[in-house]
Amino acid sequence: MSAIQIIPIGWYVTLSAVLFGLGVLGVLFRRNAIIMLMCVELMLNAVNLLLVAFSAQHSDPNAQVFVFFIMAVAAAEVAVGLAILMMIYRNSKTTDIDFLNKLKH
Amino acid sequence: MEHITVTQIMFGVLSFVAILSAVLVIFSKNPVFSVLYLIVTFFAIAGHYILLNAQFLAVVHVIVYAGAIMVLFLFVIMMLNLNKETETHKAAWIQIAAVIAGGIMMVTLVGALKGADHMTLVQPNDVNIGLVNRLGTVLFTDFLIPFELSSVLFLAAMVGAVMLGKKSIH
Repeated sequence: MSAIQIIPIGWYVTLSAVLFGLGVLGVLFRRNAIIMLMCVELMLNAVNLLLVAFSAQHSDPNAQVFVFFIMAVAAAEVAVGLAILMMIYRNSKTTDIDFLNKLKH
Repeated sequence: MEHITVTQIMFGVLSFVAILSAVLVIFSKNPVFSVLYLIVTFFAIAGHYILLNAQFLAVVHVIVYAGAIMVLFLFVIMMLNLNKETETHKAAWIQIAAVIAGGIMMVTLVGALKGADHMTLVQPNDVNIGLVNRLGTVLFTDFLIPFELSSVLFLAAMVGAVMLGKKSIH
């Protein structure tokens, strides 16, 4: 017995859309680069949840392998992203993205 | 009156917790609290995976996200000594514009995907697809090349992170 037989797929779609929208809102709303990276993680997780829901709906394990790869890429992305942030902080003593506007001027 | 099952109640509670803590990630002033609320969101999503019979992914999700990625975030926040006082905020009009833009995007996504409601189950449900046995078979037959390539990706990410993190020699 799976939840997908009781709960309509539309609810999962709505939940994922709301979580993804909250991730986008966070990237637009905050100036701290670490919080922005966390909101990117939130968006990736919304997509993962939808992939798992569709995988359960179609009884197809391939989608869950995709989720597995997304997790792997997210882990690599966070490691490199945080290393870049540490480097930026060492050079400029801030994680404020509005400070990094050298390309604009 | 329709009978409400335990699964529906659990779906509602997990969704409420996930959305509420996602909102708190964005709006909490202290970065450490943002990280903690994000961990709560990840646990709620892991609960959803268990409801959907994706047991292996639920365990991996908790280990990778709550165990590895969020610890990395916490360590970086600790090393940079970020807290409420060092936190900067955007100008008020940019914040209002961000909330409006994000809200419109959310409404558009929900509205555009509303047609998915009419989709029905295409096959008789198989409860074993989330077990490590089935996933492992798929991973090592159909997805063998991407699986090997992801190890190269990890090696590159590891070398890149070490190189970026090390102090320059000059």
